[in-house]
Amino acid sequence: MTDQLSTAAPAPVLEARGVGKTFTGVAALQGVDFTLRAGESLALMGENGAGKSTLIKVLTGVYQPDEGQMFLHGEPASFAKPVDAQHAGISTIYQEVNLVPLMTVAQNIFLGREPRNRFGLIDFRKMQEDARALLATYDIHVDVRRPLRSLALGMQQMVALARAVSIDARVVIMDEPTSSLEAREVETLFRVIGMLRSQGIAIVYVSHRMDEIFAICETVTVLRDGKVVHNGRLADLSRVELVALMLGRSVEKVKRGGVTAFGEVKEGEGEPVLTARDLSRKHQISGIGLDIRPGEVVGLGGLLGSGRSETLKAMAGVMQLDEGSLTVDGKRVRSGSVAAAIKAGVVMLPEDRKAEGIIPNLSIRDNIVLAALPRLSRAGFTSRAKQDAIVDVFMKRLRIKAASPNQVVSELSGGNQQKVMIARWLAMNPKVLLLDEPTRGIDVGAKAEVQALINELADEGLAIVLVSSELEEVVEGSARVVVLRDGSVERELRGSEVTEQHLMAALVGENHSPAEESPAEIKERL
Amino acid sequence: MSLALEPSVGPATTKQVTRERIAGNVQRYGAAIVLGLLLVVGSFAFPTFPTLSNFTNIATQSSFLLIVAVGMTFVILTGGIDLSVGSVYALGGILAAYGSTWGIAGAVLLPLLACGTVGILQGLLIAYGGMAPFIVTLAGLLGIRGLVFALTNEGANTPLIKDASVTALGQGGMLGLRWPVVIAVVVVVIGSVLLARGRGSQTVLAVGGSESAAVLMGLPVARVKFSVYVVSGLCAGLAGALNAAYSSSGVPTVGVGLELSAIAAVVIGGTLLTGGRGNLIGTTAGVLLLTVIQNLINQIGSLTSSVQAVVSGIFLAVVVIIQTVLSRTQRL
Repeated sequence: MTDQLSTAAPAPVLEARGVGKTFTGVAALQGVDFTLRAGESLALMGENGAGKSTLIKVLTGVYQPDEGQMFLHGEPASFAKPVDAQHAGISTIYQEVNLVPLMTVAQNIFLGREPRNRFGLIDFRKMQEDARALLATYDIHVDVRRPLRSLALGMQQMVALARAVSIDARVVIMDEPTSSLEAREVETLFRVIGMLRSQGIAIVYVSHRMDEIFAICETVTVLRDGKVVHNGRLADLSRVELVALMLGRSVEKVKRGGVTAFGEVKEGEGEPVLTARDLSRKHQISGIGLDIRPGEVVGLGGLLGSGRSETLKAMAGVMQLDEGSLTVDGKRVRSGSVAAAIKAGVVMLPEDRKAEGIIPNLSIRDNIVLAALPRLSRAGFTSRAKQDAIVDVFMKRLRIKAASPNQVVSELSGGNQQKVMIARWLAMNPKVLLLDEPTRGIDVGAKAEVQALINELADEGLAIVLVSSELEEVVEGSARVVVLRDGSVERELRGSEVTEQHLMAALVGENHSPAEESPAEIKERL
Repeated sequence: MSLALEPSVGPATTKQVTRERIAGNVQRYGAAIVLGLLLVVGSFAFPTFPTLSNFTNIATQSSFLLIVAVGMTFVILTGGIDLSVGSVYALGGILAAYGSTWGIAGAVLLPLLACGTVGILQGLLIAYGGMAPFIVTLAGLLGIRGLVFALTNEGANTPLIKDASVTALGQGGMLGLRWPVVIAVVVVVIGSVLLARGRGSQTVLAVGGSESAAVLMGLPVARVKFSVYVVSGLCAGLAGALNAAYSSSGVPTVGVGLELSAIAAVVIGGTLLTGGRGNLIGTTAGVLLLTVIQNLINQIGSLTSSVQAVVSGIFLAVVVIIQTVLSRTQRL
């Protein structure tokens, strides 16, 4: 497709022509053309595995392209190392803040290029003044002498951005910069991005969040299977069209499928498998009661700080309770013990799979059987055959895409990692599955698969509790939704009440009319 | 509106900042404070403790370990470890004794050359070969001790230093302080200035704080990691040479377990064993603490040296516990 920008647009800062990159016979990028102009904000879109990360790594000097040529300000350029790209004015902001937590804000900003006095010693006073001045230009006011780790995550990301830009950057590449930020922090980030653009700095923005893409990006390049499938103005595309381009499906098909991949949902029948009564913990949750029946998905709604993750943690035995009881199949479960919860059949998929779940250097097999090992062992020995059987069943059933069960988990895409995590807990033969943000940070295609899987598992009789900050996921995925507010149950939505409107109204309190605050505003707080 | 929207990690309150600052200072100067207390208590408890000759004695005893610990501080700040320093210390002593036949130049340059080379080899393997510091320097600990024994006919020879100018380097001095003490102070001062304001110091701290971030920021990570092992080798060699000059001989069995005393002193001095934070004033206080504890136990007289080891061990454990608590406080 042709570039639809007018010829009057500013000269390209960074260009790639016919770039290709092959890994052991597999083409990760093929004939990629890519143009970035001064002051432009470009969304780089594509499913996981479409070649986004590879392209970013080529642009930032981590990889060298096998074919094609890159141009910087119209001149042919090549970067042998990341440092070369940085010197050429290409900076990268990563998903995780890549700064040194123990060092101060000022030290972090000036690492590697500290101002010196005439004896060649570091001039800390000047460093702090410069750091303060630099941050002030972006309207960020923070004590630059404080260690970085004492700042909120969003502020740390802002410091990373200030550092990136202060190295005379002409291009800033942002790889999912908001995935760990709160709504308020995202706002600040967007404001700073706006300022950067007005200074003529070009932005490449990678994110799975459509709202953000449409809010701050002007143009879009869509990659699929290592090739550029679309290049143009974002305003000319609807969301559905963009998703269709990424997935390579027709618009009609995407529309028909709805936003999520959940099928029909129904309330469970019979006796509750899990009964929670009066779950309380000081300052976090108070008097929460829940009944979960086999075969149903119960959504747990609530804003940040409403106690939804805490409730899950309490049920999974991760969090000690001050008061309250939990019974599974009529039997009381000791609170505050993960082992007791697992034994009773309650397992949780944690929110942050990198920090709390996946063991990246182990194979898929080892990650799956890890929690089940005690059950598979006899006298301290585990049968490899039994392990293989279990791993085989779950890899097929959850459609985990990998070269073999021996592949290291860190090499898998986010979606497949999440499936490995789910497999680990299913291997425990649970009765109740607690899911905290099961689709966060995974791409559109894998998201649909995980959602479909949740459906299937419920149909097979598993009781599931679903927490998600995406309203549509809660609404379309759950038969009923228990809404939490300020640490206690606000109300329960059932049947026809399970809609985004009702949920939003409940999130902010029943007496609060949804009209006072627009749905978009409420959504932003999630 | 009463929404529970307070972000979990907000801007810190003044109270938090104050608490954090106090915790940080205790971590930094805790060893010095305890040292001060110990000196006061010791002075009241034992009349023979607060004498000029005893203090000079403590200073001399501390000086060798202190020089080794300065090098170790740099290594630990990068998140590494150098287990070879005890053996390198012995090598430095032996070579100083052999080198003393060429006078003071030979007694100083030969050990520095050899021990610097050991540091270079270890640094190359660790920084450019990507090998684990623990294993590389463990190999150094074993291998260099073997070399020391090979150089001294299985440890049967104890080369003596006959050159008076060399023994004067260990036993002479100025202002009532022996040369090893003066040299140790100079090493600490130079090290402190370099660490606080020097070119590479920020990279040292960054590598220890987060190596991957340092790499992504384009800092000379490998060069800095290499340098700290060279510095550590040089420090251990210098200390060994001074000790040989002090005792007029190169003893092959000297410095066994010295690496552990050095690591203990560095950690007691408030440097994080994981790297990224620490200073040499703390290390100095840590070294003095270990020596003063030993000295006080000797003052009691009826206690054996094994008691001293127990006390030092307990002390180290307490310090580690306090450090953990303090760093949690600072995490907010």
